[in-house]
Amino acid sequence: MRLNVNPTRMELSKLKTRLKTATRGHKLLKDKTDEMIRRFSEIIREDKALRDSLEAEISLTLKKFSFARTLAPKSDVELAFSMPAVSVEIDCDVKTIMNVPVPKLTLNKAENKEKYPYSFGFLTEEADVAVDAAGALIEKMVRLAELEKATTMLADEIEKSKRRVNALEYVLIPNLQETIKYIGMKLEENDRSSRTRLMKVKSMMFSEQ
Amino acid sequence: MKGKTAIIGDGESILVFKAVGVEPFSVKSAGEAEKILDEISKDYKIIFITDDFAAEIDDKIKRYTAKSYPIIVSVPSKAGSNGYGEKVLTDAMEKALGINLFSANGK
Repeated sequence: MRLNVNPTRMELSKLKTRLKTATRGHKLLKDKTDEMIRRFSEIIREDKALRDSLEAEISLTLKKFSFARTLAPKSDVELAFSMPAVSVEIDCDVKTIMNVPVPKLTLNKAENKEKYPYSFGFLTEEADVAVDAAGALIEKMVRLAELEKATTMLADEIEKSKRRVNALEYVLIPNLQETIKYIGMKLEENDRSSRTRLMKVKSMMFSEQ
Repeated sequence: MKGKTAIIGDGESILVFKAVGVEPFSVKSAGEAEKILDEISKDYKIIFITDDFAAEIDDKIKRYTAKSYPIIVSVPSKAGSNGYGEKVLTDAMEKALGINLFSANGK
């Protein structure tokens, strides 16, 4: 579709600069999208592998613990877990992947001397096993959180930037090219018509003499 | 910046994560989970949520994807995974790449 502009030399030179910018922007954006997709597929592979291995472990841990819980009265369990034994501190930072701010997490595990937050008489052995497993799991879970957020955020960003690339490639650039061509032809046409007019006038002047 | 972690799930099986410093929020229904999520989304940086609830409040969770924090991650419940976590990955992949890499590999 042609843009709605006056066919003048001014407009022509303006449009030519716009076309140049659009072409450069298109190339840059396309490169950016390609690189984002490369990073994305790396991350999603790692994410998928981690999730696959983690899902089974987590539900096993939860199952074990709910079994352990049934062996003790509810109030006892709640009491036993009222103080955490391992305090997990997570540093939450933001790093950027291709200008997308994704979270970066680092886990600082400060383990107490006592591994379990309760005395041994309190709960059964299954609880110990489950707590152990949870301690081992938390590190992976944090990593999974980090990866999964990066995946979803990158996916959004890739979609956006793809849309921009397509808009430039299939709408703006062809429109500009068409308009430039139209103005060029219009100017030539004007040129020719004024020239023929001059020639006509000249011949009339000669015939009068 | 220090961040706290929380887990939303059913029953008391999630209580085990309290032993490793993750604050458990026990809920009975998806509606309750949604309410808790809104309440704690400002204070906690990482929120795990068991996937039986996550699947039901999917729309709510999607609203949090635009910002870096909080991170909301689904984890399987004690009954095992219901495929929600997988779905999130597949959706993201189809959005970004237009194809599903893993199904092509037969994984």
